[in-house]
Amino acid sequence: MTAPMTTPTGVRTAARGGAGTTRTARRRRVQHPWAIVAFVAPFAAMFALFYLVPIGVAIWQSMLVVEREGTYGAATEVFGGFQQYALVFQNEAFWSSVGRVLLFGVVQVPVMLGLALLFALLLDSPLVRGKKFFRLAFFAPYAVPGVIAAIMWGFLYSPNLSPFEALTSRVDLLSADFVLWAIANVVTWVFVGYNMLIIYSTLLAIPQEVYEAARIDGAGQARIAWSIKIPLVRPALVLTAVLSIIGTLQLLAEPQTFRSFSSAVTSTYTPNMTIYATSAVPNVSLAAAFSVVLALATFILSFAFLRFARRKGVDA
Amino acid sequence: MSTAIEPEATSASPAVNPRGIGRRGDAHPGATRGRGPRESLFSRTGAMIVMAVFTFYFLVPIWWLLVASTKDRGQLFSTNPLWFADFQLFENIGALFDYRNGVYLRWILNSLLYAGLGAVVATVLAAMCGYALAKYRFPGRETIFNVVLGGVLVPATALALPLFLLFSRVQLTDTFWAVFLPSVVSPFGVYLSRVFAEASVPDELLEASRLDGAGELRTFFTVSIRLMFPALVTVFLFQFVTIWNNFFLPLIMLRSEELFPVTYGLYAWNSTINQFPELRTYVLVGSLLSIIPLIITFLLLQRYWRTGLGSGSLK
Repeated sequence: MTAPMTTPTGVRTAARGGAGTTRTARRRRVQHPWAIVAFVAPFAAMFALFYLVPIGVAIWQSMLVVEREGTYGAATEVFGGFQQYALVFQNEAFWSSVGRVLLFGVVQVPVMLGLALLFALLLDSPLVRGKKFFRLAFFAPYAVPGVIAAIMWGFLYSPNLSPFEALTSRVDLLSADFVLWAIANVVTWVFVGYNMLIIYSTLLAIPQEVYEAARIDGAGQARIAWSIKIPLVRPALVLTAVLSIIGTLQLLAEPQTFRSFSSAVTSTYTPNMTIYATSAVPNVSLAAAFSVVLALATFILSFAFLRFARRKGVDA
Repeated sequence: MSTAIEPEATSASPAVNPRGIGRRGDAHPGATRGRGPRESLFSRTGAMIVMAVFTFYFLVPIWWLLVASTKDRGQLFSTNPLWFADFQLFENIGALFDYRNGVYLRWILNSLLYAGLGAVVATVLAAMCGYALAKYRFPGRETIFNVVLGGVLVPATALALPLFLLFSRVQLTDTFWAVFLPSVVSPFGVYLSRVFAEASVPDELLEASRLDGAGELRTFFTVSIRLMFPALVTVFLFQFVTIWNNFFLPLIMLRSEELFPVTYGLYAWNSTINQFPELRTYVLVGSLLSIIPLIITFLLLQRYWRTGLGSGSLK
């Protein structure tokens, strides 16, 4: 790394006055400008085209309203300001879908991360043998795409196909009362292993010496886990929590697939399903406004969580 | 897993690992064995019971899918769901491949193309950009990096509708490009490439290469890209899985069956299962076959996969 002012030569030339200024001038000139352009431009162009431009298009579309000349006249899109957003805030289906995923997240995210943390700690402790096997077995569901996982569990929940008939014949897991938690189980099943691996990798990066003192003091595994390991993996936990919160708000594949198993899953069950259903009407302007509101809500929620996590970290 | 693909399990020491990328071996010989006897039988049994119970939880659904795929339609309902009856797996696979002129194989091929090719292109683009951000100084460098970091937090599903609006303006919805092109952008890949290039590509090596008269691009493609290889495999894997699992984009973009990726195709079949019960076997067998490529990729590239997870979370 070249950090001009901290290197001895930099200090010496600066002290020499005149010679120093030409040197800094030369330093400021970017070296290999064409190489830099060649390296950065392809990604930058694709990123602009498929990240930034679509966001701009969505915001613009959300400002448009459809106007017709008479009942059967040609429809034209005209600028309507924030009219669509007024409709978003009056839309009960959308807000109840937001409430539903929030409820889902408040229960499912802590359960999933709690299990992931427990398994990571067990894998990192000397209590468990056959670590490689368990690591693979727990991670395997992550190889199953959300749609396929939902199809599998959908069949497992169905009373006439399930190997758990004793349970499924008594409790209808696909009824309106239970289906949200049936979906939560699918998401948990897929992602526990993935989160476990993130936390476990962080635990593996901690040098053994850190535990030396505690072990000499006679602390048991539970004590070491609670007082040393969990505080050290806090950043990984915060990361997985933020990713899970974002994922929860974006829930789509699993509930959309469950529609063929359960009539309790409506076409506006989650915010993204509402967006899809609205765009299929087609009412793309309202769908775009939903998207913008959902994206903002996601950002606000993840930042609020990060701030909350940081403040708690300072207090502890 | 053999020791051959995990050389660092015995030699890992945090001091020589750049930025803690890489890891300590699980079977840390001194530590594990030395501590073992001190743990009570009670807590060891308890821990093993917890792990065993959850092994069932994680593996029974996959086992069930495997067993169900080997049965014909009648046996699916009449025989023990967790054990084999007449083994019909290959007949079922044959019927699946024949169904409607082999549309299922077409979907698998589409998925491999979207995810495989898309992830390769994404990895190359991300590696070049991340490398430049790590190894060159130029105005706007940090701004670019921060914008890209913001992109990491934007989930693929949130972009599906905006992309649909964009593609419908240029009338490219329901084409191969509508699903493929957005998949070649991986902000996370740029982030990981930058972190890894900073740690693993020494400036001295680049200077030496320049003195030898090699151009910047040539140095990158012959020297630097090799040093960055473990990170690039990770970027590839992440992107492959992201594309393979992406559901909203094909759902909103595609109408023509011959363009579907396999997950979306199976979803479409599953949605009509109540009208066409014969599809049930095809959905089950198709689901089983569709997760095999991912499981194989995971097993082959496990080591890189975990390296990347570790370096991602340590930041």
